[in-house]
Amino acid sequence: MLKTSAKEFFSGNAPISSLRKLRDDKSELGYDQRVWNEMAEMGWTGLVFPEAYGGLDFGYAGLGQILIESGKTLTPSPMMSSVIVSGTLVNAFGSEDQKQDLLNEIVSGEKIVTLAFEENQTHNPRNPETSVDSNQLTGTKKFVLDGHVADIFLVTAKSQKGLGIYIIDASAAGVSVQRHIMMDSRNAATVVFEAAPVMGMIGLPGEGENIIDHTLDVARICLSAEMLGSMEEAFSRTINYLKERKQFGVSIGSFQGLQHRAAHMFCEIEMCKSIVLNSLQAIDDESDELAMNASMTKAKVGEVAKLVSNEGIQMFGGIGMTDDEEIGFFLKRARVAQLTFGDFNYHIDRYARLRSF
Amino acid sequence: MSTATQSDIESFRSETRAWLEKNCPASMRTPVKGFDDYFWGGRRPKFKDEDQKQWFENMKSKGWTVPRWPKEYGGGGLSKVEYKVLKEEMESLGCRTPLFSFGIHMLGPALLNFGTEEQKKEHLTQIANGEIWWCQGYSEPGAGSDLAGLQTSAEDKGDHYLVNGQKVWTSYADYSDKIFCLVRTDKNAPKHTGISFLLIDMESAGVTTRPIKLISGSSPFCETFFDNVKVPKENLVGIENEGWSIAKYLLTHERSMIGNVSKMDKTLDQYAVEAIGRVEGKLADPVNRVEVARWLIDEAAFNLTLIRALDEAKAGSPPGAKSSFYKYYGTELNKRRYELMMSTGGFDNLIWGESAAGGKTPREFCRSKANSIEGGTSEIQLNIIAKHILGLPKS
Repeated sequence: MLKTSAKEFFSGNAPISSLRKLRDDKSELGYDQRVWNEMAEMGWTGLVFPEAYGGLDFGYAGLGQILIESGKTLTPSPMMSSVIVSGTLVNAFGSEDQKQDLLNEIVSGEKIVTLAFEENQTHNPRNPETSVDSNQLTGTKKFVLDGHVADIFLVTAKSQKGLGIYIIDASAAGVSVQRHIMMDSRNAATVVFEAAPVMGMIGLPGEGENIIDHTLDVARICLSAEMLGSMEEAFSRTINYLKERKQFGVSIGSFQGLQHRAAHMFCEIEMCKSIVLNSLQAIDDESDELAMNASMTKAKVGEVAKLVSNEGIQMFGGIGMTDDEEIGFFLKRARVAQLTFGDFNYHIDRYARLRSF
Repeated sequence: MSTATQSDIESFRSETRAWLEKNCPASMRTPVKGFDDYFWGGRRPKFKDEDQKQWFENMKSKGWTVPRWPKEYGGGGLSKVEYKVLKEEMESLGCRTPLFSFGIHMLGPALLNFGTEEQKKEHLTQIANGEIWWCQGYSEPGAGSDLAGLQTSAEDKGDHYLVNGQKVWTSYADYSDKIFCLVRTDKNAPKHTGISFLLIDMESAGVTTRPIKLISGSSPFCETFFDNVKVPKENLVGIENEGWSIAKYLLTHERSMIGNVSKMDKTLDQYAVEAIGRVEGKLADPVNRVEVARWLIDEAAFNLTLIRALDEAKAGSPPGAKSSFYKYYGTELNKRRYELMMSTGGFDNLIWGESAAGGKTPREFCRSKANSIEGGTSEIQLNIIAKHILGLPKS
């Protein structure tokens, strides 16, 4: 079963101690190349893509199980940036040639392709200042996931004809990449494009909003699945701690105040599980309501991840504040994941707009 | 166990549909509105009209007031699959429940599991035929969350018990014919092991009732007083002093029925927009806009969770302690909904109405506060989740 093999794989090959090591060693890639290669070999990078491009055509509900397990070990990899975001984009909107080229390379894991779409301090994917003129792209993108290892950038930019998605070679002239190590030990980059040569574009100018919406909606749901795994693991560790830790001659888990907060968290995590599983299925069902599903999911999961990660630290007490203890990694990851692809604040507004209020 | 074939089920479905078409009057296919749309049966049955009477009689003749009970007790003797089909066909035609009764959902299961053959023959048949209106006597002024601390006593007097005490929150005690009661038969034993399950006739000498008015107005709840009431020994269900296990069985059963967020004719966002309007296309109050959106997402997630629970039950994993989760979350969700309706409903919504037609939201808002208290408080549910799902140790 996919879930069991994923669980074994991540806990065996990339537990949190691996993340700690990547961080402390100041790893150049920011992820374990061997782990990534194996994920590609097992077909996980191609799970949702057609066989014609090296995929397994298995569906996002199946991929979701892998993502949940990867969330439990907080394992970094280009899965989200390259496979889920860029892969989904190319698969859904690319031409046959583009799929043959790009998608095969994304699936094999040989090339990292990342979408550059943020420019402000808050999530704003549909209104870039970055522009294209005479086949040259100029602008600055922030928070480009795995930008430091990208081979290819897919860039949102406006032209005379509207918003489009442009393909830029990362090693081209006019492209400068500044790596940032984020608080969750993952990597993003600020990328400055100065008259960078455009290699091609996915879809047509003016189709950009549609492409961005669909791609990010899939990404929102997938990231929510990863966040669900992380909060399940953080919660499980917290409950174990409540049982083991003794003060005043008793286990602190016997205190009703903590019991009630723990029970409430259990309920909220179950709610997230329901909505994540349903939304993963909605992707596979090609639901008309994908946007609403995505916003509902990211909003809800964001809120509960905030609750669970904070309660985790608090219930671990002093030891939870130490770097040695692993619960802190969950807090850091939750904070970054919240802002990625839009947080609760962004999505509660979007959800209300989609429902016309 | 016979296994029905697909075609057996399909012919049952078409027969059922045909029978319902023929025997369910049109007026019985509309949603229930007022108190008299519910038929409770009893020694002095009151029908709203001929249609309601006819519908009840027709369903009774098939044993379909209690479709899953054995035929020898007045039930329909339907299998799980057949019952599912009946429910689906009734739902698709909008057929009302022909008989409301605490006897069906609360006492019935207790008798089926713990009653003697004589008790089943007498009481189950009466319930199935709507001849007796039953109420439940559990809580007392001094025994709410700590139900096992109940004090209503039943003294052994040889051929009968002598009952003294008081019950509270007995729904429809003032209309009921009989009451099923938890009583203390051993004052010296530890509290859980001195409790018995007793059936008492409300017409017995010494039984009086008093309705309870709530902050929301009148309610079906009553206080019920027992003053030297004689109860025949045959009315004991199960073994003396072992009534607590019957109570526990019924309570988890009851809990799994609560927790659904009631349906309204408008969604919460429609309600809010109609009440306070828009500014630049968005709901006029930005704070309520966030809270309403948050509520709608939680409602959707909760409904998905209930579907998941059904799937799990079908796959062989009954809810168990998770019913506490559904009860807790569903009731808190309902309370939040009414807070939002009052918050967006404006000044006119503060007017206290007398009828179901207008001014009912403030009443319903007040009444909703009981959701997190009745059927086991939210705090009790959280205790259960903590102990039985999370495995946290006793306080």
